[in-house]
Amino acid sequence: MGLKTMLLAGADERDLTKLGEYQAIGGYEQVPKARAMSSDDLIALLQAANLRGRGGAGFPMGRKASLIDRKSPKPKYLVVNADESEPGAFKDRQVMAQVPHRLIEGCLITAHAIESQDVFIYIRGEYLTEYEVLQRAVDEARAAGIFGDIEVTVYRGAGAYICGEETALLDSLEGRRGQPRPRPPFPPIQGLYAAPTQINNVCTIATVPAIIELGPDGFANVGTPGSPGTVIFSISGNVEKPGNYELELGTSMRELIYTHAGGIAGGHQLKAVIPGGSSVPALSAQQIDVPLDYDSLGAIGTFFGAASLIVVDERCCMVQLALRSTKFYMHESCGKCTPCREGTRWMVQLLEKIEAGDAELSDVDLLRNVCSRILGKSLCALGDFAVYPVSSYLEKWGEEFVAHVEHGGCPYGGESSLERIFAPSDQHTHSPVAQVPA
Amino acid sequence: MSSLTAEIREIAARYPDSRTAILPALRLAQEQNGGWLTSESFVQVGEALGLTPAYCQAVASFYDMFHLAPVGRHTVEVCTNLSCALVGAQQVVEAFETELGVAPGETTEDGEITFRAVECLGGCGYATVVAVDNRYRHFVKPEDVPAIVEDVRGA
Repeated sequence: MGLKTMLLAGADERDLTKLGEYQAIGGYEQVPKARAMSSDDLIALLQAANLRGRGGAGFPMGRKASLIDRKSPKPKYLVVNADESEPGAFKDRQVMAQVPHRLIEGCLITAHAIESQDVFIYIRGEYLTEYEVLQRAVDEARAAGIFGDIEVTVYRGAGAYICGEETALLDSLEGRRGQPRPRPPFPPIQGLYAAPTQINNVCTIATVPAIIELGPDGFANVGTPGSPGTVIFSISGNVEKPGNYELELGTSMRELIYTHAGGIAGGHQLKAVIPGGSSVPALSAQQIDVPLDYDSLGAIGTFFGAASLIVVDERCCMVQLALRSTKFYMHESCGKCTPCREGTRWMVQLLEKIEAGDAELSDVDLLRNVCSRILGKSLCALGDFAVYPVSSYLEKWGEEFVAHVEHGGCPYGGESSLERIFAPSDQHTHSPVAQVPA
Repeated sequence: MSSLTAEIREIAARYPDSRTAILPALRLAQEQNGGWLTSESFVQVGEALGLTPAYCQAVASFYDMFHLAPVGRHTVEVCTNLSCALVGAQQVVEAFETELGVAPGETTEDGEITFRAVECLGGCGYATVVAVDNRYRHFVKPEDVPAIVEDVRGA
């Protein structure tokens, strides 16, 4: 357990954005190996490796590939989700900036597995520099004849968190407002342009070359039996050395926070860790001896999520944390489903009332009630993502919410680390609607 | 055929369905129109792709990076989501307010800089993140703000 490079291997020593440098360390050698295998055998190998999705849901990547309707007369598509937007996550960005060819190599192998000739990489619009690096790498690999009959297209989003949700991403890629679709049908049956589509996160696909190289048994030697491999963990917030750390799955959270990230900054005390990006239930300081793997985090009531830890010290008011988090989800709710669209607004209003000291105890109960009316009631999980963290703050730090009511305002008295924090939804700049001529 | 129409049609030809080209087409139209989209932009994009102007506006209004009102020559965007907020993004916001004389969401009177607070930019480990014309600056502290503004104005 501990630090181990697989996705980022070689990136410290060489400029792996260059094709020649990547090939010098064995880059693209797994593509002919994979192409020598039948599609069935390659999918069986990926299933045996039990690579779990790194984007958030943790669904086994090989199993996803096995669900692709390869008999369909339609084209099959591989779509890479590079719309990294979860607050706390910044690992896909590093992979694209430093090892773009490893991602492309993973695309070529996976495309062979699902018998696809069309790969789309959907990168969030804000990642301009990373887009340029990735596009150059794609062009260089194509010019070198590595693609064969496969085409890889990098497609830029335009600023919408929801497009990281796989069916919203597909709608966006089809030139629509990025709103989630009802399921079934699931993307392996009817995805992009209603054709069978495999969708995986950047880090998932970038791990595939290592699986071909090591074989499922060699890959299983890294990490834990239920969560093999390495993961790049993003850690941010109140730690001394925030950043990305690639670790074997199963490394303890304490080791990541205190050994690698240098512990809590400025001599402060650890209060909470939001372990998977801002959308998951938070853990208290007493819970950080948990191994960082899918099953262990699930067993203590949270999610592995996007492997992105936000560390919070004792200066933070949990009502303010809940409010800022919920304003984000309210802003990013696509508006399609009523419980999420309206519920997140209710949550913000109640949290504002509590923070201002205008609430009664019944408002705290009402907040819990609203949460329960959002959870699980929409087409996608965005509404749930607003609720999970807030429910955990209510459960573990409920006395702070009550203290706001009893104290008639924030007990931190203006000293909380999130005091006055501004949110984009506070900007009343929704553009005047342009007039469309008749 | 205008050069914008020709460029959009060339992009559209790369995709299995020309509708997919709407995001790159809107981006192009925005770049060629001083950073924002007008009703005329939607007519142009719509004609190039065989879509109605209303459809193009509906798509554009969904995405944060399309502007439906005039913006400054440059944009300065400060992330105020959790990771940046926990290490002092609010102080960075306030430093920009002081330096630029405008609130988040506003443009300086000379039309040079649009200042916005934005949601997570994906630089949480390098907080506070400030994007100047979509190029990220990392570990920004309030005391760095005057130099950033000078830099933007000089660009």
